Amino acid sequence: MSAPFLAGSRRGGATLGAALALSAMLAALAEPVRPSFGEAVPPDLFATGLYADPATRSVDPAHLAFSPQYPLWTDGAAKRRWISLPPGTRINASDPDRWLFPAGTRFWKEFAFDGQPVETRYMEHLGEGRWVFAAYEWSADGQDAPLAPERGRAGAWPLQGGRAHAIPGRSDCRVCHGSGPAPVLGFSALQLSPDRDPAAPHAEPLPAGAVDLAALVERGLVEGVPAGLAPRIPAADPVERAALGYLHANCGHCHDDRGALADLGFDLAHGLDDATPAVRATAFGVTLKDPPAGLPEGVGLRIAPGAPEASALLHRAGSRDRLLQMPPLGTALVDEEALALLARWIANQPRAEDPAPHIEGDLR
Amino acid sequence: MMFLKAVATMFLGLSFILLVALTSNGLVAQQVDPVARGEYLVNTSGCHDCHTPWALGANGPEPDMSRALSGHPADLQVDAQPELSEAWVWAGNPTNTAYAGPWGVSFTANLTPDPETGVLRDMSEAQFVDTIRNGRHKGQGRPILPPMPWPAYRNMTDEDLGAIYAYLKQVPSIRNAVPEPLAPVQ
Repeated sequence: MSAPFLAGSRRGGATLGAALALSAMLAALAEPVRPSFGEAVPPDLFATGLYADPATRSVDPAHLAFSPQYPLWTDGAAKRRWISLPPGTRINASDPDRWLFPAGTRFWKEFAFDGQPVETRYMEHLGEGRWVFAAYEWSADGQDAPLAPERGRAGAWPLQGGRAHAIPGRSDCRVCHGSGPAPVLGFSALQLSPDRDPAAPHAEPLPAGAVDLAALVERGLVEGVPAGLAPRIPAADPVERAALGYLHANCGHCHDDRGALADLGFDLAHGLDDATPAVRATAFGVTLKDPPAGLPEGVGLRIAPGAPEASALLHRAGSRDRLLQMPPLGTALVDEEALALLARWIANQPRAEDPAPHIEGDLR
Repeated sequence: MMFLKAVATMFLGLSFILLVALTSNGLVAQQVDPVARGEYLVNTSGCHDCHTPWALGANGPEPDMSRALSGHPADLQVDAQPELSEAWVWAGNPTNTAYAGPWGVSFTANLTPDPETGVLRDMSEAQFVDTIRNGRHKGQGRPILPPMPWPAYRNMTDEDLGAIYAYLKQVPSIRNAVPEPLAPVQ
């Protein structure tokens, strides 16, 4: 009696073991994977290490101030920016359009309106391409700068026309910083070129003590950049140079042929190796495939050379209707100075006698 | 000995029940087949509630599965926002595919893989994941309007969002050009 039972129990044990192993395996497979936005960030700005003395708001002298020659438009906010590289590390610039930053790199950007700091944005490289983003909102008395809510803060500072500056949510940070080939924007060979564009909209003079490309090379903080490099956008005239620089800084982080929206075939980023502006091939005379809501009737081209009024790019840059506006976030007021510049540049382009029937996404 | 036999028999029974449970509820299929996982998620996350037009059936309003996931019907024209009393913030239409509120009027998208009218026709899996994560069209563009509950769905894993994408890319195509949203009345 015992022998058959033992044999049966062995068979049962094997079945039970297999079942338990299978269930354990399935349980492991079913383990939820945390979404990638769940990284912890410092609870307030002072914990990020920006200041040597938080009480006096004196920035740590080890951090380097910088200023891109083509600043991002943020409704006229005055900005201050800093980078911190871990001691002994350097930036790898072997790909001139996609610098690689060492783990531990930190960036800060302070936004002020009417002389009052409103927010300071922060990004930190955790290594292996993982970055965390955060925005800290300043209290009215300038004493505290806690982490802004995860969804951001609407109405953070009143602007003209009843509009208001909004502090971005953390997913908003990823919209711009996660859409191009490199998450760091505004700190590149072109943006830090010593050959600064005097006609760039809202150009800022280089702050005292700030670094540019030459200073980074001289200090040995960047490798892969030849000495004396001073990138400049090749252009027919100063208007075109400034217009292309503006598009690069304000649109090119998404509209880049190496980014998440590459399949649109709409490239407004300037690559250092570009002999001719990519915008000519990807926007001039190119038909909109999906015209957005709110576009005036008859506007069917991304850019109609010689005809600003028929160019969708200009209508979208000149709108703050949230379904039409470009950029789609980060600004509540139209950049009138830049709009005038872009209109002048488009008007200067020769009208095509017989525009080729380009289709969006077709780069022939 | 009898006790040991009873215990062994009980474990055998439990293991059999476990195996049957795992296979019969589709869990095994979901783990090995993203399309099966996506179908499960679409059916349990309320996608049909808004993306499949409702019709009045024997049990009252219910999703018309002959138009499954095809979004707001193109032939159901909505020109303006309804006027709401102060006690109400938003309104939905009878097919539960158009919603009026402070954001204007939004229409649910055609989620079927129709090559001309499906919202996913030019959207990669990565862009679909970013759309739900960031609440923006293609992940970078215009905001996804209410009442699409992307703030809840953004908490899904990349694998689950990818499974939903895989499922949607193979459901029957339905040609239906959903209109663009209407701007809010100033």
